[in-house]
Formats: sequence, C-alpha cells, structure tokens
Amino acid sequence: MKPPRTMPDKPQDRKRVLLRLGQYLSRHLGMVITALVLTVTSNLLALIGPALSGKAIDAIGSEPGGVDFSTVFYYCGLMLLFYAVSAILSYILSVLMIHLSQKIVYQMRQDVFDHLTELPVRYFDSHQTGDIVSRISYDIDTVNASLSTDLLQIATSAITVGGSLVMMILISPELVLVFAVTIPTSIFFTRYMVKKVRPLFRKRSMKLGELNGFVEEIITGQKTIKAYHQEETMIGRFDVRNKEAVDAYYMADYYGSMTGPSVNFINNLSLALISMFGAMLFLFGHISLGNLSSFVLYSRKFSGPINEMANIISELQSACAAAERVFRLIDEPPETPDLPKAQEISHVQGRVDLAHVKFGYDPSRVIIHDLNLIAKPGSLVAIVGPTGAGKTTIINLLMRFYDPDSGQIRLDGREIRQITRKSLRLSYAMVLQDTWLFHGSVFDNIAYGKKGATLEDVIAAAKAAHIHRYVMRLPNGYDTILNEDGMNISQGQKQLLTIARAMLLDARMLILDEATSNVDTRTEQQIQAAMRTLMEGKTCFVIAHRLSTIQNADTILVVQNGEIVEQGNHEELMRRGGVYANLYRSQFQ
Amino acid sequence: MKRLYPYLKPYLGRMTWGLIIKFTGSIMDLLLPWILSYIIDDVVPLRDVKMVLFWGGMMILCAVAALVTNVVANRMASWVAQHTTESIRHDLFEKISYLSCKQIDEYTIPSLEARLTSDTYNIHNLIGRMQRLGVRAPILLLGGIIVTLLLDWALALVLIALLPLLGILVYFVSKKGVPMYMTLQQKVDAMVRTVRENASGIRVIKALSKGEYEKDRFRQVNSQVVYWEKKAGVTMSLTNPMMNLLLNFGLTAVVAVGAWRVNYGLMQTGAILAFLTYFTIILNAMLSITRMFVMFSRGSASAQRIAQVLDTPQDLMQTHEAPQPSPYRVEFDHVCFSYQKKEDNVQDIHFRLKKGETLGIIGATGSGKSTLTALLMRLYDADSGRIFIDGQPIASIPQGELHQKFGVTFQNDVLFADTIYENIDFGRHLPKEQIRKAAECAQAMEFISELEDGFEHRLTSRGTNLSGGQKQRILIARALAANPEILILDDSSSALDYRTDSLLRRALRENYGETTTVIIAQRVSSLLHADHILVMEEGREIGYGTHEQLLESCETYREISQSQMGGDVQ
Repeated sequence: MKPPRTMPDKPQDRKRVLLRLGQYLSRHLGMVITALVLTVTSNLLALIGPALSGKAIDAIGSEPGGVDFSTVFYYCGLMLLFYAVSAILSYILSVLMIHLSQKIVYQMRQDVFDHLTELPVRYFDSHQTGDIVSRISYDIDTVNASLSTDLLQIATSAITVGGSLVMMILISPELVLVFAVTIPTSIFFTRYMVKKVRPLFRKRSMKLGELNGFVEEIITGQKTIKAYHQEETMIGRFDVRNKEAVDAYYMADYYGSMTGPSVNFINNLSLALISMFGAMLFLFGHISLGNLSSFVLYSRKFSGPINEMANIISELQSACAAAERVFRLIDEPPETPDLPKAQEISHVQGRVDLAHVKFGYDPSRVIIHDLNLIAKPGSLVAIVGPTGAGKTTIINLLMRFYDPDSGQIRLDGREIRQITRKSLRLSYAMVLQDTWLFHGSVFDNIAYGKKGATLEDVIAAAKAAHIHRYVMRLPNGYDTILNEDGMNISQGQKQLLTIARAMLLDARMLILDEATSNVDTRTEQQIQAAMRTLMEGKTCFVIAHRLSTIQNADTILVVQNGEIVEQGNHEELMRRGGVYANLYRSQFQ
Repeated sequence: MKRLYPYLKPYLGRMTWGLIIKFTGSIMDLLLPWILSYIIDDVVPLRDVKMVLFWGGMMILCAVAALVTNVVANRMASWVAQHTTESIRHDLFEKISYLSCKQIDEYTIPSLEARLTSDTYNIHNLIGRMQRLGVRAPILLLGGIIVTLLLDWALALVLIALLPLLGILVYFVSKKGVPMYMTLQQKVDAMVRTVRENASGIRVIKALSKGEYEKDRFRQVNSQVVYWEKKAGVTMSLTNPMMNLLLNFGLTAVVAVGAWRVNYGLMQTGAILAFLTYFTIILNAMLSITRMFVMFSRGSASAQRIAQVLDTPQDLMQTHEAPQPSPYRVEFDHVCFSYQKKEDNVQDIHFRLKKGETLGIIGATGSGKSTLTALLMRLYDADSGRIFIDGQPIASIPQGELHQKFGVTFQNDVLFADTIYENIDFGRHLPKEQIRKAAECAQAMEFISELEDGFEHRLTSRGTNLSGGQKQRILIARALAANPEILILDDSSSALDYRTDSLLRRALRENYGETTTVIIAQRVSSLLHADHILVMEEGREIGYGTHEQLLESCETYREISQSQMGGDVQ
C-alpha cells in the first residue's frame, strides 16, 4: 500500500525565490560583475556606432565635390574600431555567461540531487518519479535559460533604452516627443499580451504534459492492448488528447504570434512619425540631415527593447515558477538526523524485538495497531497474511524507512533510534519484491553493495543465486550492460540478480520480501539453502505468499489487520487449526 | 523531410495564400525605409508640408498593412502546423499501435515514446516557424538586396560581397555545433536515467548506505552535461558577434564608398541613409536565417526518426489457408522459436487442448513459459512448427479476430489511469452484468465493494494505489469479462493468498467451463486440477500429463510438488 499523496505545494513568496536565485549568482560575484561591466561597455560602444556614422554622413554633405574625405575616413576608421571591439567584447561576454550559467546550473542540479539522496523514503512513495525528473531537468533548464539570457537582456535593454534616450535628447529634444505616442502604446500592448498569453501558454504545457503521460502509459501497455485488440479504442483516445494538445498550441500561437508583428508595427509607427516630424524640423532648420539619420537609428534601437520587455517579463515569471519548484524540493525536510547519542552498532547478535508498535502512513489510517514480536538471534522468522495486512510495513519499520508512531523496536536490546541509521541498515541484507537494477554492467549491479568485490566474489554470489549460467550466456558475460528494455530478461532472472547482490553483503541479518515470487520453487529452495549456509547463525525475516517457502521457519507470524493473530512453527500452527491452517489447506482445495 | 510532404499537401493552397499575404507584408516592411529616403531627398527640398504629411501618412498606412498581413499570415501558418502535426501524430501513433512485439523490442519503448513526443513537437515547431520566418527572412534579405541595388548598385555590391562570407560562417558553425547538441542530448538522457534510478531504488540505496556513491555518480553525469552544453554553447555563440561584425564592417564600407560616389555626384546623401536602414533589416534577416538553419537541422533529424517508424514494413502478414476440421481448440505442432535468432528459447513444443480443457505450465525461471503464450497469441511468429486454433493456422486468422478469442493477464501486466470499471471493460463496451460477474469470479468484488466509490474508484497510472494482490484480481477480471474462448493466466495469482487462489479456481470452473484455459504458475496447487500439465526446462518439454501421471513419470515435477506440499497429497 502506498501512503496518500501529499497536499499540493503552497506558492512561495516571489521575492524570496528571487533572493535565493540571487544567492546562487552571488557565489560567482566576480564573474557577474565582469559580465555586467562587459555588457555596459559593449553596448555603449555599439551605441557610439550610429553617432559616428551620422558624423561621417554629415561630413559627406549633400553637394557633389564637397565631401570632406579625411573626416569621412576618420569616422569610418573609428566605426571599424568600435564595431570590432564591440564584437570581441560581446563574444567574450557570451562565453563568460555560458560559463557562469553552467556553473550555477551544475551547482543547482547537484544541490537538488544531493538533497534527494537525503530525503526520507516517504517522499519517494508520495511523489511521482516523472515529477522529480522534470524538476531536476526541465525546471532547472528553464531557470538557466532565463538566467543566462534574460538577465543580460535586461541589462542590455536598460542600457540601450537609457543610452538611446540620452543620445536622442541630445540630438533633438523635440523629436523625442514622438515617443510620447509610441511608448504608452507599447506599455498598453505589453500588458494586454502578458495577461492574454500567459494562461494560454500554461494550458499548452499542461496539455502537452497530459499527452506525454498518456503516450508513456499506452506504449508501456502495448502488449496488453494488442492482446485485447483495443488498438482502435486507444487511437480514439489518443486523438482526443492529440487534438487538445494541438488546439492549445494553436491558441497560444494565435495570440503569441501577434507579438512579433506588433513590435514591428510600433517600430514602424515610430519611424513614420519621426520621418514626418524630422522632415518638418529639418525644413525649419532645427536639425541637420546627419542628426536626423542618427536619430532614426537610435529610435530603432530604442523601441525594440521596450517591447522585448514583454517577453522577458513573462519568461522571468516562468523561470520564477520553475525555481520555486526546484527550491521546494531542496526545502523538503530530510530524514531526521541521528540522535546525538546514537551509536554505531557492530558485532550484531541479531536479536530483534518489537513492543506495542503502532504505525500508519497516514495518521488517520492506522495499519499496524499493536505489534509485538521477538526474533531470536539466528532464527528464521516468516511473516504471512493476506495482502494489505501490513507485512511490508514491518520491513519499512525494521529498516527505519519509517519510524513507528508509538511503541519500541530494539536490536540486541538497544532501541533502534539510539543506533546510527547507516550502521543499522548495513546490518541487514535486504531483497525486495520490486527488483532494482540500474544501467550498468552485470558485475557492477551485483557488486553494488560491497566495495572492492572481485570478479571471483561476484561469480561465487551469482552461482549461489543460480544466475551464473544465465550471465555466461549473455553477449559479454559479466560485462554486459543491463538495459531496461530490448532485453529478454525475465522477472525471475531479475530477482536472482538482486539476490546475488544481497549474497555478497557482510550483513548479519537478512530480509526477504517476496524476493523469489517469480522464481520457480526448485531454484528458490536451492537459493535458500545457499543463503542459509552463507547466513549461518544470522537472523532472517521472510515474507512470502508461497507457504512452501516458509515451512521451515522457526517462527511463523500470521499478520491480519496489523496485528499478529498467530505465532509458532508450522507444526504448532497446523495443530492449532486457526488462520494459518486454513490458509495452508486452501491450497489443496 | 520528404516523408512530411504528403502531410503538407492538403494544406498547400492555404500555405500558398499565407505565403502571398506574408509576402505582401514583407514588401510593406521594405517600402517604409524607401519612403523615408524619398521624403528626405525629394519631398523635403520642395518645402511642401502637405506632401511631407501625405508621405508620412503613407508610411503609417504601410505600417498598419504590415501589421495586419503579418498577423493574419502567422495565424494561417499556425493553423497549417496544427493540422499537419495532428495528422502526423495520429498516423505515427496508429503505426506504433500496430507494430509487432518484435518491432517494438527493436525500437525499444523509450525511443518510440520520444518519437511520439519530442520529435513531433520539433516538427510542429519547425512547420510553424518555417512558414513564418522561412518566407519573411529570405524575402527581407532578397528584397533588401534588390531595393538596395535599385537605390544604388555600387553600394549594393559592397553588401553582396559580404554574403558568401556570412554563408561560410553559418555553415561551419552549424556543422560543428549540431553534432555537439546531439551528444549533449545523450548526456542529458544519462542524467535523467540516473535520477530515475535513484528515485525507484531509494530503498536499496538507503539500505546499502550508497548515498555518497550515488552523489558521485550524479556528479559525473552532471559535469558531462555541463561540459557539452558549454562546448556547444561556446561554438554556437560565435555566430552572432561575427555576423554583427561583418555586417557592421559592410556598413562602414557603404559610408566610405557612398562618400566617394556623392563626391562625384553619382548619388545623393539620402540614399546612404536609407541604405543604413536596409542594413538593419538585412542583418536581422540573416540572424533569422541562422536560427532557421539550426532549427531545420534539428527538425530534419526528428523527421527522419518519425519517417523511419512510419516506413517500417508490416510484420506478421496474414496467410490464406483453409481451416481443416479438428476436434481440438488449441494445437501446438512441434513449435520452435528464438528471440535473438541464436539459441532457441522454445524448442519442439507439442500439445493439444479440447474445448473447456485446462493446461497448466510449470518450469524454472527463464524456461520459456511466457514465450509459449506469446506465440499462441501470435505476438511473435514461430520459427518452425505450427499453431492452430479450431484447426485453423493462426497465421491465417486476421489479427483482430484472433485476439478477440483471448482473455489474458501477462506477468507484470498494466493497469491504466482510469476507473476500475474502465480497466475491466477496457474499451470493449461489455454489458454491466458481465463486468460484475467477472469481478466476482476474480474475487475482486470483496475489496471493490469496500471502496467508497466502488467500480468508479480511479486508479493511478500502473495501479500504484493498489496492493499487488488487488492489482492481480482486477487484471483477472479484465481477462474474464468478455467470456473468452481461450483464457491465459501468466503467473497471475502469485500475489494471492492460497484461500483466494482456490476460490478463484473454483469460480473459474463453475462459471467459465466452456473456456479453454492456459495457466502458468509456480505453485503446484494452482495447477493441480488441470487436465494437462506441461513441465518445461530450458525451452523444452520434460514432462506432460496429469498431476498423477507426472508424479509417476516426471522426476522434476515430483520434486517440485513434494517440496511445496510435503507428502500430504499423493
């Protein structure tokens, strides 16, 4: 049973998010300052360009034969110089920004991942893997895109707008009045677009996400769909989601694609107004031709960024939302730290006792009510009972993946909270129902739990787990890379590999939670035999539905509704004629 | 890219209109600086305020026309992209739905997923943007060049001389950059995989205290991603400053050459001014073309990946053979099969089942039990030997008809994010009573009725909100719901306790007596009463008969049976 999903996260204060982003930036303060200085300089240089070309054109004059060549060439030379320096600076700047943003991204990803390894198991039980993945990849990428482009864009825009305005006022304060018309237009337009487009883009991402989820689910279930000949039905359902996705895309585009032409329009409008008034001013002798040309160039530079701001603001908003999701994960409380007086445990005897343990994943739904059990050192304890009775939960408590709500669990007489988590967990070797193999060689997968395991060790473990022959038939033997898909590795073989992994451990106790449910019984018994020799004198906990698996157990615990209803060995329980005997007999009916 | 053409074809008319409208809009953009220079050079000297206002008005008119045409054309482009993508995605999904299991194994599931999602997004983006930028940028570029040629050919030549340089620049940078982005994508995949593994294996990682090790492992993939992102980014970021530099150099050259020509009375100063404005337009057009270039190479990679799937030849062709009357419902005639076409996974399997009979299959892990059912359902074709249903070779039965005969639960079968009712009905629109009956027989009613919303209870994807035993019971109900002719249960009761398992078997016997059943199990108790039991080892039959017969004849079976049930049942 999975615990219920946690409540949806509360939105964080936007200022705090920005502040924390700022903290990441401030670790590279030197680079940030250099970047800002470079931005300012290269933009100022680019701004000087039009002024120089204006001067050059003025020097040309408008009469044939009247060109002042030395002045023209002087300014042309200056233009070349300024443009070259500006280009070099902007290249250095973008390289610098790539390095800066990648440093931040690296740090952020590592922070998220490091935190991930410290989160309690509960977090993973209640959050979808896809969601965690999307935080560490897409969300951080969004933050990154915004950090590396928008910040500079804002700096550039501010400088360009400010600088252009100053230059234009210097050239002709009267002409600047034109912007009294165009700036309010663009502000009005920007606001309108932000309001209109944002929910559309949000919807578009949502619909694409839904389509993704559907596709993942359906393709994974291909075989089943084929077997029931439901391809048509699924195509029909896909079409509905596909249509929703492309429609949402279209709607976002419908309004979104207005931005470009509109920005262009406002620029053109400025140009038209400037031409008219500029021409008039020229007629009345208020402005020279060269100045008019510089003014036109500046005005083009001026209007662009103002409208760009619309895009940047909405991008920043999505970056903030993404950063919020990232920080929320980093802020998730980690596993409670070990108590200060917690001790390392070594030389475990293997005596485990539980006294009046009460636990529920959700405080309102208690799974284990009042559990008492004693496992003597070296005994084999089997836990049986119907599904949902809380068997796996007991394992979760023994390993301290969860802590009980009340009651005590002791290892060798010591309350397990007084033991460091690391040493507690390492004293068990655990094999779970859900096999876990990672993308890596067979060798790495088996040797995972033991540092410095040799090939001989691994082969010995694989032989004991009866998987050696299978491995030898793989194309590269123990060096074969295990791939989730495209390999015809059966569920049972996966279980054997994880058993081999557990066999390599030096643990003093063993937990098998349905570890061999997909393995045939003969192999299972051979493995158990091998394991028992390996684990001679060590305590074992076994959960299994197949009663044959556990018949030889020293103690069989029958769990029902979170309580132990019967306890004893096979013969005792059979004689008793209770729940266990019923379960056992039912296999012959 | 060629493969996409048929999808665009129905919209060619619309696209053409869109392009014409876009073309008009771009001309308007080009007219503006022309008018500007006309005002300054020809109207101003006339000192006629009315004329200035008139031409200024014309400029505003042009600006409005440019706005309207561009918005309309953009929307038409989005419309075309929307409809094209919809049908490409539909066809791709349909094709994938009908791929054979062998073909799916070859492509692998994650790769097919990526083709349906990110690759189709890329195409959507590409079609939309190509129509928008693809017309505008070249028109602005070409138009800009033509207008400048008309304005003054000598200055225009300065400009044209730059173009090959720009082309070379774009070519080399993209040639270096695009493969880098492909490597980057692989590194990102590795990073995502590491995170996935950590989320799914958290218990094992914690149990073995491998947190620090995993941090290191992530540090490696993380720095790989960062390394390639930097490398690709730095390479690509060369384009912009270089282009700006080249064009600005050209601009300077225009001023210098212009000065010379004005001096000789070959042109007027206003033209230089207009030239500078055109330069900005041409610069922007060039930048768009660069971006398009990158987009196009990325898009064509996606198009290739999509086309590859669409062009996969149909597997598992239907043969035409007349059925021969046969008393048997299911017949396996010396069947051999291998997944990798190297070592046989199933070898010389031979059995016959009559209507209503039950076959139990038992055998070691990896002995080929599940493969047999996959062959029976023709998810794969046997390499040699034949399989018949009611005397008809399965290769001659249309896939749909064949699959409708079956009810099946696979090992690790899937539940979908839908209600329990829908998961059992599974799009077949079965009568309500039949679903209820199936749920009852599968022993699922017991917990369904305890749920507040009963059958309407929503499952999460893969049924993660149910326990193992509950999942199996819903899957069995799904298999039973349509009263199948043949029922296949592959290790589908492993999570059921013995009591529930035996109740299930009794219900099957009582309610589905007509159904021919194939049960794969590890528990002898699940097979005990089967009419025939097949014992398998390494793909071969090592025993066949009833429970009693096998106890006599098959040593392996006897061992299994004794180990599980002790001496109680001889």
